Amino acid sequence: MSAANGLRGRNYARNYWPFLLPAGVVVLGVIIFPWLFTLYMSLHEFKVGGDFAFIGLDNYVRLASDERFLWSVVRTLYFTVLAVVLPVGLGIAAATVFHRKFPLRSLARTIFILPMMATPVAIALVWTMMFHPQLGVLNYILTSVGLPPSQWSYDSVSVIPTLVMVETWQWTPLVMLIVLGGLASLPADPYEAARLDGASTWDMFRHITVPLVWPHIIVATVIRTIDALKAFDLIFVISGGGPGTSSETMNLFLYLQAFSFYNMGYAAAVTVVFFVIILLVSLLMFSARQQKQWQ
Amino acid sequence: MSTTSAATRKRRRGKLFSDIGFGLAVFALISPAILFFLWMLSLSLKNEVDNMAFPPVFIPWPPTLDNFVAVFEKNDFLTYTLNSIFVSFGATGLALLLGVPAGFGIAKAQASKAAAVIMIARVTPGLSYLIPLFLLFQWLDMGGTLWPILITHLVITVPIVVWVMIGFFEGLPHELEEAALVDGCTIWQAFRFIAVPLARPGIVVAMILAFIFSWNNFIFGVVLAGRETRTLPVAVYNVISFEQISWGPLAAAALLVTAPVLLLTLLMQKEIVHGLTAGGVKGG
Repeated sequence: MSAANGLRGRNYARNYWPFLLPAGVVVLGVIIFPWLFTLYMSLHEFKVGGDFAFIGLDNYVRLASDERFLWSVVRTLYFTVLAVVLPVGLGIAAATVFHRKFPLRSLARTIFILPMMATPVAIALVWTMMFHPQLGVLNYILTSVGLPPSQWSYDSVSVIPTLVMVETWQWTPLVMLIVLGGLASLPADPYEAARLDGASTWDMFRHITVPLVWPHIIVATVIRTIDALKAFDLIFVISGGGPGTSSETMNLFLYLQAFSFYNMGYAAAVTVVFFVIILLVSLLMFSARQQKQWQ
Repeated sequence: MSTTSAATRKRRRGKLFSDIGFGLAVFALISPAILFFLWMLSLSLKNEVDNMAFPPVFIPWPPTLDNFVAVFEKNDFLTYTLNSIFVSFGATGLALLLGVPAGFGIAKAQASKAAAVIMIARVTPGLSYLIPLFLLFQWLDMGGTLWPILITHLVITVPIVVWVMIGFFEGLPHELEEAALVDGCTIWQAFRFIAVPLARPGIVVAMILAFIFSWNNFIFGVVLAGRETRTLPVAVYNVISFEQISWGPLAAAALLVTAPVLLLTLLMQKEIVHGLTAGGVKGG
């Protein structure tokens, strides 16, 4: 943005508020109101059909000692770490591949991003059929190459790694696209200079590419972190939080409290805690974007 | 002479090897997606006996369309399709009406606080809107209609449209618009007759992404929809609970739900890639 924009000043900006008004009203109604109402609800005891009473911070105090909730936080972290590291690593590798020109590149890239565009419920159902321990195609493949079969999502130890695998399959393309956007904007000069100096491909990747696309890698990592924290559809359909509670993440816990047990006040408190965690992560992201956008 | 040709040959062989390696890398990257969707197709075209066979039958022969027929005969799939169309088109259309001017206003006024609200709205879990909205819709007695679902889908579509449009309007040249303002155009006229036509590619991107993420949304429907007001993803999910293991119809239903999105992606890949690279975050 140039200095001219600054000179035009603030009263100039004021002329544009009518453009924001209609969307502002809707955002107030379906986004801001729910945030505030959730905060208000979290200070109350409220079961659908039961009574409504102000109980101050009791819901939060109860959360701090609710083992089922605390375990869901631990599981969410476990899931998130794996579901960030794998897609980001693979996504960077995929971006360097798709950055090179080759025949049918745009078709290959489109096929590669299909998993992230497809309806999550639909793909989750098909994965569930593939995970079936007796009839699933995955165990057939494993046993026919001499590996032991797995219980996949049907076992409390393997369920989270299995869900991470599906999440990685689905969301590596998003990381790839963001990093590819970074690669596309790289200048050619440092590479030419390095090549003249006899640098190897790996040296150039390590010392030129990575530092230059680092902001994009950070943005991709933060987006992936937020998405992994709030993953729902895949887990809900494939394992439903089970077996037992072995894949019950915070989001699943929240769903059960609100819409299976109808503990609305308690669920609202979970939402607030969840919201704060995600907000902290996204503030990080917004500052990264802000630098890029309004410099 | 002989040494140079040997070196050339060696270099050529090196190039061939690296090309083969690169081809394998591309293949390794895209095969999980290809194999998955082929298996989905295979499940949907096989009869029940072949789907339950072990070792699995890979190629459906003869292929059958019975599963697709069953989807429409045994379920009210047509109603669910119309529900999805109404909700996704409605939520996308409304979001464009509201979000395109808002994106323009935010970009021109550099309203970074408004942009921050939109950003936060995009990263907040969908479930966190549902408790208050669920209670509100109950209180307003709006159960049994599609309006609650359409309204909650605005939570996804409005932020996507605003976010994509901010980026596009910021990238437009200011000169034309400023010249128009100097010549006595109102801001509205400058928006309507100069900025919007210039931003048309951005509007297409915003529309496609908003539509896809609304179409794919599951969580709002699963909480808010009644029997008659299910959207397609919710309807497909319910097929498993009622029919237990009946893989053929289930795969056929899953394929029908996601086919429009896959086709849209294949046809509009340039716009989608552009929008996702610029916008970054998915919805819901």
